[in-house]
Amino acid sequence: MLDIYIMGKRYQVPEGLTIQAAMEYCGYRLIRGCGCRAAFCGACGTVYNFKNDPTLRYALACQKLVEQDMYLTQIPFFPAAKPSYDLEKMEPTGEQILKIYPELLTCFGCNNCTKSCPQDLEVMWYMSDALRGDIKEVAIKSFDCIMCGLCAARCPQGLVPYNIALLCRRLYGRYVTPRSKHLDDRIAEIEEGKFDAEIKELQNMSLEELRQRFDKRKILKE
Amino acid sequence: MPYPSYMEESIRKVEATRERRLKEELPRIPVGERMPVLKAFHPDFIKACMRELLVGPNKGERTPNELADLLEGNSRIDPDKIDPELNSGVDYDVDVLVIGAGGAGASAALIAQETGADVLLVTKLRLGDANTVGFQGGTQAADRPDDSPALHYLDTMGGARFTNDPKLVEALVKDAPSVIKWLESLGVIWDKKPDGSMAEVALAGECVPRCHCCRDYTGLEVMRVLRDEVKSRDINYVEFAPAIELIMDEKGQVAGAVLVNLETNEPLLVRAKAVVTATGGIGRLHIQGFPTTNHYGATADGLVLAYRVGCPIVDLDTMQYHPTCAAYPLAILGLLVTEKTRGLGAQVLNIDGEQFAHPLEPRDVLAACIIRECKERGKGIATPTGQVGVWLDSPRIDMIHGEGTVAQNLPAMVRQFGRFNIDITKEPMLIYPALHYQNGGIKFSPDGSTPIPGLFACGEVEGGVHGKNRLGGNSTLDLFVFGRRAGRTAAKYAKGVKPGKLTLDHVRQWQRELKEAGLAEVRPISPKLLPDYARQPYDYLADYVTERLQPGQIKVA
Ligand SMILES: Cc1cc2nc3c(=O)[nH]c(=O)nc-3n(C[C@H](O)[C@H](O)[C@H](O)COP(=O)(O)OP(=O)(O)OC[C@H]3O[C@@H](n4cnc5c(N)ncnc54)[C@H](O)[C@@H]3O)c2cc1C
Ligand code: FES
Repeated sequence: MLDIYIMGKRYQVPEGLTIQAAMEYCGYRLIRGCGCRAAFCGACGTVYNFKNDPTLRYALACQKLVEQDMYLTQIPFFPAAKPSYDLEKMEPTGEQILKIYPELLTCFGCNNCTKSCPQDLEVMWYMSDALRGDIKEVAIKSFDCIMCGLCAARCPQGLVPYNIALLCRRLYGRYVTPRSKHLDDRIAEIEEGKFDAEIKELQNMSLEELRQRFDKRKILKE
Repeated sequence: MPYPSYMEESIRKVEATRERRLKEELPRIPVGERMPVLKAFHPDFIKACMRELLVGPNKGERTPNELADLLEGNSRIDPDKIDPELNSGVDYDVDVLVIGAGGAGASAALIAQETGADVLLVTKLRLGDANTVGFQGGTQAADRPDDSPALHYLDTMGGARFTNDPKLVEALVKDAPSVIKWLESLGVIWDKKPDGSMAEVALAGECVPRCHCCRDYTGLEVMRVLRDEVKSRDINYVEFAPAIELIMDEKGQVAGAVLVNLETNEPLLVRAKAVVTATGGIGRLHIQGFPTTNHYGATADGLVLAYRVGCPIVDLDTMQYHPTCAAYPLAILGLLVTEKTRGLGAQVLNIDGEQFAHPLEPRDVLAACIIRECKERGKGIATPTGQVGVWLDSPRIDMIHGEGTVAQNLPAMVRQFGRFNIDITKEPMLIYPALHYQNGGIKFSPDGSTPIPGLFACGEVEGGVHGKNRLGGNSTLDLFVFGRRAGRTAAKYAKGVKPGKLTLDHVRQWQRELKEAGLAEVRPISPKLLPDYARQPYDYLADYVTERLQPGQIKVA
């Protein structure tokens, strides 16, 4: 058994539990701070330290295993700026980003955001990419962001890096990546009704005919 | 915690056979010959784990015990205590109420708003805390020149052994390419080739690669974009406020819902001209004790709500067990290992490092084959905590497609196993089936309407699209296709409908039926809202305390 401290109170839990499971083991019923339980949703970003080591550390409560003498807490979602905007009326430029998030200019590179990222992303670097208007770099570097909010919680300037990165990615997906011609062609074909007869034919087949058609279909190998 | 040393021996065998397996391809089991292995090993066929429903629109049909309990459950509310408020003081009065903010609910809300409706989106946890955020493998759409919606139709029907509703499948495959386009116009970054054309991968049961991905964070990418769009358009939303009962009007139309503030227990009444249920799946019921891939709030609530207003459910006798979910380490038990891993070339291997099934068999067949390999043939690998599993040979992917492919295409998997010191670019993953998806659901039509006027459904909560077995990549398609359709239909319906006086008589009626069937005393309270994971081993309360607890807290049969 390990000793852990939840909001200052000592509990004993078996080894091998995540922070989330350890809290449940102690009798907590989670409402906040628990979503996918699989490192995708960002609901469970948390900070912890140890009895004899005050350095703050950052993790996802659904992934991090408890250790001896851990001091734990739950942080509810951190309040964060999220202006309304209409992507259709925007341009993929640095000026555009600064118009929506002018506080980006106040970043002085303390790197707390990067240090707090449980996905190990280079948050400060892509904030400076955003400042330079390099939307593509932001999109690539920030792609694995699960928006847990820890970076915003630690930013002394009140930036919300995860929302700034999200805007960059949306602009990148909408305006910068080249269009897929075969996708547009197919949509037009469907609208013209090109496949209707064939689908109707399949719908009118007997179960046996349909089964044969299915078993005989060619499976493309790449 | 890397693999314990006793497993290393089996990993050596996996490595030893890898060179030979590079060219080895086992035959697929023909459709007509799948039944024996399914019947013997698929959890859906274990008779004792299902029972007939005794009340409600599906009376007489079989469903897993865990779901049957909830469908036959007691309401959380006393209509007599709420009714006087209903027609005087509702908290929200809107055109369209959307219940559940995963991908289906968010899509429905966006389109309903575009169609001119005043929309309220309510959800149990945060916006986007949903199964949608976790989907990895992607979304099907037949957009390649050598593919066609008709082939997509054929694959979808065959994958489900022809048990789907043909009209729903037609809508699914024909809307698919425009769904991909719609998401891109909202800013979703799809995996593409340098010239901009979509880079589809093949999932099990597809005759042409058809699955669109955003690395293996597809659901995350889509959900964060949709969530941002909902917020950007100032759509009204309430978080941590699950619906616990639908409200009807005197004309028998669904006309709103009772919500509860999860933290304070305050009830909130919503009057709505149309209600869209988009509450997702069922995984957290842990049917037959299986671990699950689903998010914390996947407890079948929407099925319960709809059932109580008399809406039938289809295909409630089948669940999808995803064949490849983490069996080790314990901390990530049930974590989904995307089918894309197999799509890219990972094979499934037993303790001797040998293949025993084609890796791209449909999910039900592969799950049954894995269970057979472990339970009947004893060729699984046991973990220290008593789980058992087989190998999924991810390093083979880099051997086929070149070094770096795993890291580029499966970053979430690399990171998630990496947190436990397992390097999946070099070592295989230990996997076993987990409860993944509710194949059936609320009976509904291609336009998103249900047999009950005023009630619409979309996403995992509805049924018929996938019959008794869903193909990978078709569910996320389903939720956008029918989310959009349900949103549009509900908004149009809301413009025309003449609402009557609100009532909760259907709840009174339901409780009477339960009583007559002798079930009121023995069934739990539903909807369940959240799983009971908080350990409460304490037994010191006086009986009268237990009796006076909220009914939802008493554990019955
Ligand atoms: C890990 C994982 C991987 C997957 N991978 C794929 C894949 O690659 N391809 C594919 O096609 N499918 C995949 N699926 C399936 C697919 O992702 C889901 O079926 C789909 O996302 C369901 O979407 P939805 O919007 O219907 O439900 P969800 O996304 O689950 O959303 C439902 C929402 O309703 C809320 N809710 C529940 N009850 C209530 C209530 N009483 N009141 C208010 N709100 C409520 C929930 O909290 C949630 O926010 C995967 C699923 C999982 C879990
Ligand atoms: S609960 Fe979703 S990231 Fe931890």
